Order: sequence, then C-alpha cells, then structure tokens
Amino acid sequence: MTRTKADQSRQNVVYVPSRNRTTFRKTLLACAILSTGLLAAVVLTSLVGSERLPAGASLCALLSFGRAQCALTTDQFDILFQIRLPRILLAAAVGGSLATAGASYQALLRNPLAEPYLLGISNGAAVGTMVALVFFGANEWSRPLLAFVGALLATLAVYRLARGRAGATPERLVLAGVIVTTFLSSVIVFVTTLMDATRIRSFTFWLLGDLSGTSKNLLPVAIVIAVAGAIVLAANARSLNLLMLGERDAFDLGVEVGRVRIIVFLVASLLVGSSVAASGSVGYVGLVVPHLARLSLGSDNRITIPAAAFGGALFVIVADTVARTVIAPRELPVGAITALIGAPLFIYLLKRT
Amino acid sequence: MLEAHDLTIRYGQRTAVANVSLTLRPGEISAIIGPNGAGKSTFLQSLNGQIKPASGSVLLDGRSLEKFNRRTIGRRIAVVAQEAELRFPITVLEFVLGGRFAWAANASWGWETAHDIEVADEVLRDTELAYLSGRLMNELSGGERQRAVLARALATEAAVLLLDEPTANLDLSHQSTLLALVRKRCEQSHVAALVVTHDINLAAQFADNVLLMKDGKTISIGKPQEVLTPNLLRIVFDVTVLVDAHPITGVPRITPVHDAHRLSQ
Repeated sequence: MTRTKADQSRQNVVYVPSRNRTTFRKTLLACAILSTGLLAAVVLTSLVGSERLPAGASLCALLSFGRAQCALTTDQFDILFQIRLPRILLAAAVGGSLATAGASYQALLRNPLAEPYLLGISNGAAVGTMVALVFFGANEWSRPLLAFVGALLATLAVYRLARGRAGATPERLVLAGVIVTTFLSSVIVFVTTLMDATRIRSFTFWLLGDLSGTSKNLLPVAIVIAVAGAIVLAANARSLNLLMLGERDAFDLGVEVGRVRIIVFLVASLLVGSSVAASGSVGYVGLVVPHLARLSLGSDNRITIPAAAFGGALFVIVADTVARTVIAPRELPVGAITALIGAPLFIYLLKRT
Repeated sequence: MLEAHDLTIRYGQRTAVANVSLTLRPGEISAIIGPNGAGKSTFLQSLNGQIKPASGSVLLDGRSLEKFNRRTIGRRIAVVAQEAELRFPITVLEFVLGGRFAWAANASWGWETAHDIEVADEVLRDTELAYLSGRLMNELSGGERQRAVLARALATEAAVLLLDEPTANLDLSHQSTLLALVRKRCEQSHVAALVVTHDINLAAQFADNVLLMKDGKTISIGKPQEVLTPNLLRIVFDVTVLVDAHPITGVPRITPVHDAHRLSQ
C-alpha cells in the first residue's frame, strides 16, 4: 500500500504540544516565570563551588549588588564577584545565545534537528577563533569578530548543501552538518598542530566548552549580543512561524522571505560566534532547550524564542555548576555535561522523526 | 482584478510559458487546463510574484506587480497550493490564522486581534472545519488539510484567489463543495479566482472562462462550451473525447473514449 503524504506527515510528529493558541498574556507569564527562575539560579549557583562561601553573607552581598561587603572576607568577596558571578553571567549569555540561535535555525530550516553544534556552525566559529588566536593573538577583539565570520561561512555552507526542493529534510540537513563539521574538525586539528604542547592542552579543553577563562572585556559584549540578538530574533517570530510551514507558503502569505532569512542567518551567526569565542563549543544547547520549550509551550516562535533564551541561560548555568563542582577542585568542560544530556535526547529525536 | 499580459517564463534554456495572457475578473472563476508540463502551475506562480517572468507583465488593479511590496500582495492575492510537509505541530486554528499575517499592524511581531479570530472562525465554519479547529494539522486527513489550506487563503480576505490543483486529494463530495465555496466567495465578495486543475469536468462545471495550455502556449481561451471541444482537447491531450451537454446542468460533459470504443473521426 503506498503511503500518502498525509500518512507520512502523521508519522513526523515529534512533540505533544499544548493545544491552546499562544497569546500575549501566556507569553508574558512564561517569560516572568522563567526570568524569575533564572535570577534565582544566578543567585543560588553563585553560592556553590569548590570554595565554600557563607550563604547568608553571600546573599547579603549579592542583594546589595556588590556595594556592601557584608560579613565576607576580601578573598571571599573577590571569589564571588570577580570569579563566580562573571562566570555565571557568561554561562547565561552563552546558553541564551545558543538556544535562541538553535530555535531560529530550526524554524528557518524547517527542521527540529537543526542546531549550531550539530550543523558545524560552532566549529566554524571555533576555526575563526583559532585563526584569530594564531594570527592576531594580541588583539582580543579579533576573536569574536573572526568567530562570527567563521560561523556565518559555516551557516552558508550548510544551507547551500542541505537545500533541496522540499527545504532541508532531516536527512539532508544531518548530512550537510556532518560534512561541514568533519571538514572543519580536520582544519582545527591541522591548526592545533601549529601550536606548542602547552597551549594544545588548554586549547583542547577550551574547544570542549570552557567558561573559566574569559577576559573582562568580552563578557559585557557577550551579554549585549545575547540580549540584542534574542530581541531581534523574537521580533521576527511571526515571520518565522510562517517560514516554518514552508518558504512558498510564507511568501504567498506576505513574508519577506529573503530579508528574514538574511537577518536570521546574520544574527544567529553572531550569537554562535560570540558564544564560541567566549567559551568554546558548548554543544546540544540549541537542540535540548528549544525542544523542551516547544514541548511545554507549543511551537509558536513568539513564545518559543524568548523561552529558549531564558531556558538556555538556565541550562548552561546549571551544567556549568555541575562541571565545576562534581570533581572539585578539578573541572570538567561544560560541553561534556551538555553533551551527556543532549546526545541521548538527539538520538531519541532522530528515532522519532 | 489581475491581468497577465504576454507572459514568458524561462527555466534556463527551456521556455516553460510562452506569451500567455489572461485576465481574472472579479466575480469570475477561470480555469487552466492542460497536460502535465504544460506550464500551468508555473504560470500561476508568476501571478503573485513567486516566479519572475522573462518578459511580459502582471498588473494588479492596473499597476505592475513589481511595484507592490510583499505584504500588500499578501492582502490582495491568496494562493491555495499543495501543502508542504508539516514538521512542527500546529493546530488548525493557528494554521488558518497564518492567513491574517499580511493584515498585521506590525511588520512581523504582533499578535492576532479579535477581528482576526472572528475571520478565522468564519472561514472555518464555511469550510466545515470548525469542529477540528483545536486539532493538530497532522491529525487531519489529506482532504481535511486541503480544506484548511483553502480556509487559510479565504482568511486573507484577498480579492484574487489562485488555486493550484485544489481538489487533488479530495473525495467526490468535497471536490464540489470546495469549488462551490470558491464560487460563493467569488459571487458574494467579488473575488476573482483562477483554478489550475486536471479535472476537466469540474472546470466545465464551475469555470466562467477556460484557458487551454500545451507546451507553455495558449491553445484556446474562452467559455467552457467554446474551448472544451473534441478537436481542441485532442490537440492538447492527444486523446479522443466525447463531449455532450450534462443532462442536468447543461454544461459540457467530457468523456474520454478508449481504443475499444473508438468513434469514427
């Protein structure tokens, strides 16, 4: 018996979403809850770490935004505000950036499996960062800039490779991602051999996702890009809703397809580039978080993108807290934790598609 | 009103449509009939700007289509095409509300207004999908989904409807109800409709104007009685047909004649 298109589509349902229409009120409520959770996570995880800090005094200092030292010693205060908090904020920026970028790629490429890491876009950004380190080492702004360029080129490569008449089918997209990822991985290996032994070790660690080493200047940049990028992508959410149904449908219904595509590619590449430049390749965030957002809130991008932003921030904060405490005083790369959670989920999604 | 003047569309070296003209008038249904590869769908896609013609012009209410921006075109022209594969879950109501995008006050953010919901509810009633509005599109049958696509096009309140093989997946009862609905919309709201279809009899029944195409060229254009003749249909389809008047409706009724019952030429 031949399967009709209707039968085939019935098999492609990956999520069980809520049945109600997404409204402004619902979105506002979801954002309020998630942002509160994020704030709580920032505060609570800053109390956790290899150095024990007194909870009450730390809370007091945090609530005063660092103006009062409360009962903390100078060393403790420095650990809290110079080491932990910046790292947690970076984790939030990286997580939010990667999750919103992932959600947008999925909408644009019409594929729930599209994800910056799996598509090789993170690798593109990593190559860009490496080129910056090797050739422009002194200038630290060269890293996010070249990471952005690397991410953009990788995005274009995947898009061109995966594009068929029906948009990027799961198979074509995964294939395109594999091609781009493996090619860029070999480039990374090649460039690594140009480094000396001591740098290789720390670089490899960084490549797996390392939130510990960011400079003072890059953190505000990462946060600004994360917030601005999320806002721009959310502003295109309604167009993305229609693009998710098909480029032809979206065009017929009045979406400026070309313009939205360019905006999403540029902004998503910027988000991935700034995240990778700051902290290496943290994988699977753009897969796990949007998936969970859609599962609980529906596939309307007007709610999914903001939810992914907050959820991604939460996810990486928690993952990084695990990474830096589970074998304290040593650390695991945060990418290892996100992969441990994300890879099984990816397999599960692939089986259901 | 939508007019196509002398449209020629090329894919590389191949000419898909050659010098075809057609005028879609408010209140009328036009049909394009032709074999596979005749250029019917290509022609339809050039009418809302999806495909750019190599030469010729498309005029919307007297002005060249190129002068309009996408959103304005989205409000004036709606397309009912074969639905692409849905990979994200979406309810029927959300799907149909997509038709209100072109009316959004804001370019791409913004939420549906109460009026948008009213329009969507009304078209869902008209297409007999109201009871399915909360269901996922993926749970519907092929025919129900096609009706949802029509509902979405009707929700745009466009003055021109372009339908590309709208009855392809529909059972017999829904084929006529869908086109009857299009006819009602045309008459009540002065909408101009164009239907590309393989079903000659359906076209004969519902169309005011028929364009016969073959190999990208216009073979004939006019009323169904004038165009759907055995001679012209043999030229276009390479098949012998018998054309008589439908005993009840009086419209041309086309029956293909196969080898065993060949009529004398």
